[in-house]
Amino acid sequence: MSQPATVREIRDRVRSRDRSAAEVCRDALARIDRVEPSLSAFTTVTHERALARAAAIDHDFDSWRDRPLVGVPIALKDNLCARGVRTTASSRMLETFVPPSDATAAARLEAAGAVVIGKTNCDEFAMGSSTENSAFGPTRNPWALDRTPGGSSGGSAAAVAAGLAPVALGSDTGGSIRQPAAMCGIVGLKPTYGRVSRYGLIAFGSSLDQIGPLTRTVYDAALTLGVIAGADPADATSAPDPVADYTAALSGDIRGTRVGVPSRLVEAGVDPDVARAFRASLQVLASRGAALVDVDLPHAQYAVAAYYLVATAEASSNLARYDGVKYGFRAPVEGGGRDTLGSMYARTRARGFGPEVKRRIMLGTYVLSAGYYDAYYLKAQQVRTLILRDYDRAFERVDVVAMPTSPIPAFKIGERTTDPLQMYLADVFTVSANLAGLPAVSVPCGFTADRLPVGLQLTGRRLDETTLLRVADAYERDAGWQKEVPALYV
Amino acid sequence: MPAGFTREQVAAIATLAHLELDPAEVDLFARQLGDILAHVDQLQRIDTTGVPPTTSVLATHPSDRKDEVRPSLTREEVLANAPDGAPDAGLFRVPRVIG
Repeated sequence: MSQPATVREIRDRVRSRDRSAAEVCRDALARIDRVEPSLSAFTTVTHERALARAAAIDHDFDSWRDRPLVGVPIALKDNLCARGVRTTASSRMLETFVPPSDATAAARLEAAGAVVIGKTNCDEFAMGSSTENSAFGPTRNPWALDRTPGGSSGGSAAAVAAGLAPVALGSDTGGSIRQPAAMCGIVGLKPTYGRVSRYGLIAFGSSLDQIGPLTRTVYDAALTLGVIAGADPADATSAPDPVADYTAALSGDIRGTRVGVPSRLVEAGVDPDVARAFRASLQVLASRGAALVDVDLPHAQYAVAAYYLVATAEASSNLARYDGVKYGFRAPVEGGGRDTLGSMYARTRARGFGPEVKRRIMLGTYVLSAGYYDAYYLKAQQVRTLILRDYDRAFERVDVVAMPTSPIPAFKIGERTTDPLQMYLADVFTVSANLAGLPAVSVPCGFTADRLPVGLQLTGRRLDETTLLRVADAYERDAGWQKEVPALYV
Repeated sequence: MPAGFTREQVAAIATLAHLELDPAEVDLFARQLGDILAHVDQLQRIDTTGVPPTTSVLATHPSDRKDEVRPSLTREEVLANAPDGAPDAGLFRVPRVIG
């Protein structure tokens, strides 16, 4: 069975002039044109811009040859700004927004020789776990077209899994890179908070948001991280620490590496097929010489509750900027009567935002309001401290912590939309890494009986992406799940 | 705060959030926000006496930078996305604020 080319393979072929950047770009765009009608992974495909950039690389090849991503097509989640390219965050509110500047991560990719081929669909303002909250309709899972790809970076995950792009950027506030990666059978990396500049990322929860790659291999994730990581004067929260050589760390040797398993946490409420794949993945790590160590994260069971208070509080204040004045949508006054500023704000936000965004703004506004702040927002921030301390204690004894990425495999479109709380509860294994600011990666670890992908999540120490990726890569070498491709890929 | 929101409470929050809600949304959010708050109430079981809140996970606080002029967007670029911009005057237009 043929497989989509990886980032590394494409880069090497372009570098050796086996293929031109323009040929690679044309092939990618042709495949998108063919597959996209059944997938809806993209909000915008940048045909002309991509072909022009690829041609420019070929034209001035000597100056591009040695760049780490020369000629590699890349897709950006549609909450990442690219100058002159419509950026919607999958919201009516920004349906016509054309950013005047690039996200730092996008600019670094292009400077490394990557070619942006389009913007990918997501849950509106990255709020959701299924990509069903997009104002432009749901994305479908390449492994089962009647199912969601997960979310919120569902378009990025579906595009990579279907071979439409070898790499896509996503954003992860509570699992939005890792969970769709797991549900689409690919690799998704959420770096340490601050490792990648958030400049040009449309803000959701500013103390939680982080940009990262979705790829088909751990090597490609490491390669991409090396390009986008690093301090940025435009983001005061970006980490000044030096950027490691992540691909050089992938030695395959994890003998003696201690893998923590919070067995008490992962025993409850996990789909039996997911649990089976997870247990088997631990045995693969053990057979490579890793030591499995039981760890306790006593407050992890409270992470979802703490997360949905912190994230919605931050969202309600971040999304206050969408008021119909500076950019985006403004709802016209009805009946031609006299308008006021206040009613224009409320009307614009009523028409511009979808139900999940309104729900979160409402919850966040409430938990920040006078009289409730201490009981909810402050309490959640204190529990956040306890979750951080749990991880600090665990990392005294282990090098990474292993969990399933999602307790359930991809679910059917429409199946879980009526009960938001149930949707939130499925984020149980992903949100704590955001609350603690830690790097975490999801790597494919098998399939359910219905042939739906399952993901293994590894969480590492702050800024220790090298150990995290080394373990994930070692697992991938033995497990080989990255060789599986959906029937959609032909 | 008891689980279950009244329609009046939902309407009051919507006013704070500058959101116009229709009656069906008020009913829906009263139920759903009540469900969510009933779940998060489990946090009250945790003893957090003396535990400092985490507002940021950064190891070091971002240092202040010098207040000096740096490259920025032009006025035209800033106004290009405005739904009712007045580029000649260099202004965003909004409905009347007072009286």
